[in-house]
Formats: sequence, structure tokens, C-alpha cells
Amino acid sequence: MATNYEEQNQAVDEPSKQPTGTVSSVVGWINDRIPMTRVWNMHIAQYPAPKNFNFWYLFGSLAILVLVNQIVTGIWLTMNFVPSAEGAFASVEYIMRDVEYGWLLRYLHSTGASAFFVVVYLHMFRGMIYGSYQKPRELLWLFGMLIFLALMAEAFMGYLLPWGQMSFWGAQVIISLFGAIPVIGEDLTLWIRGDYVISGATLNRFFALHVIALPLVLVILVFLHIVALHEVGSNNPDGIEVKRKKGTVAEEDKPNFKFHEYYTSKKDIVDAIPFHPYYTVKDVLGVAGFLILFCWVVFFMPEMNGFFLEAPNFEAANPLKTPEHIFPVWYFTPFYAILRAIPDKLAGVVAMGASIVVLALLPWLDRGKVRSIRYRSKWHKLNIAQFVVTFLILGWAGATPQTVFSTILSQICTVTYFMFFVLLYVYSKNEVTKPLPTRLTK
Amino acid sequence: MSNAPVDNSRRRFLTIATSVVGGVGAAGAAVPFIASWNPSERAKSAGAPVEVDISKLEPGQLIRVEWRGKPVWVIYRTPKMLEQMKQHEDQLRDPNSDEAQQLDSAKNNYRSKREEIFVAVGICTHLGCSPTFMNGGFGEKVEGTADGFFCPCHGSKFDMAGRVFQNVPAPLNLEVPPYTFLDDTTILVGEEEEVA
Repeated sequence: MATNYEEQNQAVDEPSKQPTGTVSSVVGWINDRIPMTRVWNMHIAQYPAPKNFNFWYLFGSLAILVLVNQIVTGIWLTMNFVPSAEGAFASVEYIMRDVEYGWLLRYLHSTGASAFFVVVYLHMFRGMIYGSYQKPRELLWLFGMLIFLALMAEAFMGYLLPWGQMSFWGAQVIISLFGAIPVIGEDLTLWIRGDYVISGATLNRFFALHVIALPLVLVILVFLHIVALHEVGSNNPDGIEVKRKKGTVAEEDKPNFKFHEYYTSKKDIVDAIPFHPYYTVKDVLGVAGFLILFCWVVFFMPEMNGFFLEAPNFEAANPLKTPEHIFPVWYFTPFYAILRAIPDKLAGVVAMGASIVVLALLPWLDRGKVRSIRYRSKWHKLNIAQFVVTFLILGWAGATPQTVFSTILSQICTVTYFMFFVLLYVYSKNEVTKPLPTRLTK
Repeated sequence: MSNAPVDNSRRRFLTIATSVVGGVGAAGAAVPFIASWNPSERAKSAGAPVEVDISKLEPGQLIRVEWRGKPVWVIYRTPKMLEQMKQHEDQLRDPNSDEAQQLDSAKNNYRSKREEIFVAVGICTHLGCSPTFMNGGFGEKVEGTADGFFCPCHGSKFDMAGRVFQNVPAPLNLEVPPYTFLDDTTILVGEEEEVA
């Protein structure tokens, strides 16, 4: 143990032993006190990432970008927001009209909320098609699902704060979901609201959770998500490992890069490149492309025709009158459609909860050994295709007034949604797959 | 360090005892944090009854008043509305109001103290939206019933006595609050007169 520690220390000490300038001596001074260079190398400059990342691998870093955007614009919004039933709606109008660049800060925040779900859904879809949830990445996937849950809670509570009609009635519906729980349901909703109806008490506690508690939880979960990722290593579009058993890779097959010994001491590495500069540059390109689209929405259509900011929310909350049509924001509509599809209170709530929980169980429902869609059976491809269509139809159905047609469609899609997981469990046991390549393909 | 031999059973006892006492302490410390989410004394006391003047209520009209922060409807039902209520009773979940969503004084066919005046909490028993009063336009939701309430959130349907139809998510009839006729044109919502 002691020798190991010294070895590591020596590697860290290296920069401080070359006192060639002020910068490196400062770096050396810091490295003697916290492992700055070691962490930088281990997780960025000498982190081995598979060399075949494609478009789908942009959304993790974009999610971090959006998280930073939400935190920064959120802090600035709290400087003028008044978290009370009397003041909230007016203070949002004040931010929009009188605070310098208040409109921009708010639109960055509201568009950022939707952008967060866009990149997170694409990020999750990437994990699904390339089997990134499979062993040994189960815990990585679970941390991701917890992030998704925290994000939904964060978005829901944030939506109450402007205290518009949709804020109020949306919160009324979601909190009432807990009332479907047998025995304790009614008391639980009372406890969550802190009042017999949604009121200033509810608004204030949601504000506290939205700006302090949940952001802390989110940041911690993101940290754990990345720690878990770096421990097991990134999956890739081929779904085969770039970390091989020690001694199985010939010297000439090893990439000509320096990877951190934390990885090379345990495994032989093949077909990998250092995260920095290769993927940092790639991610910067992704950020540029993302920001073009993002800013276009922020500046030209921040309401996105009522999908990002809903029309009834431009009216102050009125506890006596529900808007004629009430929908959640688009990112909740697939799950909302499942809730609406079932004409029974408890069963509807259970189905909606199950539709999220079942995603978390993917690592155990998929019994296949082949990860990537590239080498899996056509049944798997068809199943994923139907899941995508199902998800989109549910998203549409949850955002339209309820008719007989939309109800039947939602019911069919609720079945096909869950069938994805059932079928996956069945066929993945003895799935006929294509032979896996021994090395990453282009 | 003393040279006495390690007494493992004593160490285990102390570890368990410390953990138990510490756990009880942590649970106790959690109480104020959890309890502070309950309704405050001010919220609890803000439930005073409200008086409603119905002298200007027209037949077929609905007025909303706020009681305990909730919308309470007062509706003047026309004879036609009362008549049609008998025709769809087989399509209702609880036509006889067996579930205690009203006081006994309103447990009758019309779920009201006076046939024509209907008082109800306008909150859907599904997830708490306020249903829309479809005065004359309800036929598209339930054939042959011209008037009723349709919840825009999840499509629950109620008749003119707030009785829920079958095959909708709402499990119960609309709640009828306690109320008293102070005189012919004034209702006190939130308080039931003493039954003599």
C-alpha cells in the first residue's frame, strides 16, 4: 500500500521537479497540496475514450452545458423574482419588462429547461441503441435515471414559480397524483402542499427546492454519473470494450498515446484516443452547433408555439377556474398520455410511475450479451423503432385535447410502450446476433 | 494504549448501542423538518364559512365562490335539467350517492337541499382540476344529456348533480360541502345547521 502511494505521488510530483518558470512552480505548489494535475490527466488529458464516437456522443457534454446555463441564469433570475403568491406573477412580468436583459435571462432559463430534456432524451436514446446500460454499466445507467427523475422534479417545481394558470393547475394535477396512493394519499398531498389547496405555502417550498435542494442533488448525481462512467469506461457505437485483459493486446496494436496508468496498469487498451484534445474539440463543435439552434429559439420563438411556454401561463393563477385545455410542458406529455389513457385513478398513476421505473430496469430486462444495435437481430431493431414511434405518438396524444380517438391511440401506445420491455426480455435470451468485430470499426 | 486484550463482544455492544442511540437522535432531529411542511396555524384557521347571495341567480346559471381556497359552485337547475338526470342513472358509478361525498341532508336524487339549487365543490375527484360547466353542449360527451360537467384535464364527466359517469378516471361524485340556507336568497357555505 505504502509503495503504491509513493509511486502515485512521484507521478504527481513530476511537474514540480521542473522549475522552469513561474507557472509550473505554481502548478507544482498546488499539486503538492491537491491532486490537480493527476485528476486532469486521469479524467481528461489521459482518459482513454473509444475512437469511434459519433454524433450521438455529443449529448452528455451538451447536458452539462445546459445545466451550467440553468444554474447561472437561475441565480440571476432569483435576484428579481419574488417567491410569494402575491408577488410571483408580477415579479416575472417585472423581469420581462423592466429589468435590463431580464427577458433574455428568463428566456435562456425557460428555453434551457426544454433544451435540457431534448439533450437528455437523445442521450438516453443513445444508451438504448448502443446497449450502454448493459453490464458493467448498470450503476451508471441508474445514476442517469436518478438524474432524469431529479430533473423532472426540478422542471415541475420550476414551472409553478411564475404562478400562471398552467403553473397552478399543472401543480394541482401532479400533486393530486399522490392522492391516489391508498390510505396515506390524502394526508400526503396535504403535507406536500402545506395547505388545503395550492397556495403561497406551496409556492415558497417549491422555490426553496427548485433553487437550492434539487440543484445540489443534480450536481452531486452528475458527479457520480461521471465517476461511474470513468470507472467502467465509455461504451461506443460498436458496443465492444476498448479495455482488454492485460497481456492480450500486441504492442503494435496499442494506440500511440499516453493514457493514465490508472487505466493501463489494469487493462490493455486498444482503439482509444485521449479525451483531450480529441473529444474536447469534438464537443466544442457540438456546442457551437447546439448554441446556434438554442439561440435561434431563444431569440425568435421562445414560446415555441406554446410548447415551451404555454398560453394560459400568461394569465395569473386563478384557483377558481381551470383553463379549458390543460397540458404539461411537452417533455412530460408521453407519460401524461399514459396517465390519461387509463380510466381508473390509481391504475393510471401506477402505470405512469411504472413507465419510468421500467426504464431504470433496462439493464436487467435486456438479457442479451451483444450491446450495439449494429450487431443485434432485426427484431431488436424493429422493437426499438416501434418504441420510438410509440414515444412520439404518446407525446403528441398527451399534448392534445382528449378525444375518443386520442384516448384509444394512447391506450394502444401504452400497451406497445410496455411491450417493448416485455418483448426485449423474451427475445434477448436467445437472440440471433451478428458476429462482433474484434476491433472498433469506422 | 493499554495492553488489555480486545473484548470483541463488549466492542460490538458499544457499537450497536451507539448506533441505536444515534439513530433515534437522527430520527428525532428529522421531526421538525418533516413537520414544518404541514399546514401552518394560519392556513388551518383560514377556513371560515362564506355567505352567498343567490337572489340574482338565473335559471341555468352557475356562480363560483371561494371557500377554503376552493371553487364552490352554486347552480340554479332548470326543470329540464332535473328531468334529464333521471334518464342516465344506469350510466353512473354511484347514482344513489352511497359514497360519503355529501352530508346526509344532501343524500337524495338531486344531491341538494332544494331541488333546483345545487351546491358543490367544483374540484374533480380525479386530480383536482375544476370541471367545465357545459350548459347545453354536454350532448357530445354523453348522448341524450344536454347539460353536465366535463373535466378538461382527463376527461371525467359529471351530471347536473355532480354524479360521476362510468368509464372516466374520476372515482367519486363531486363533493357537496356543508351549507345552510340562511334565508330564501342567502346560502352559508361551510356550515351545516344543527339538526334539531
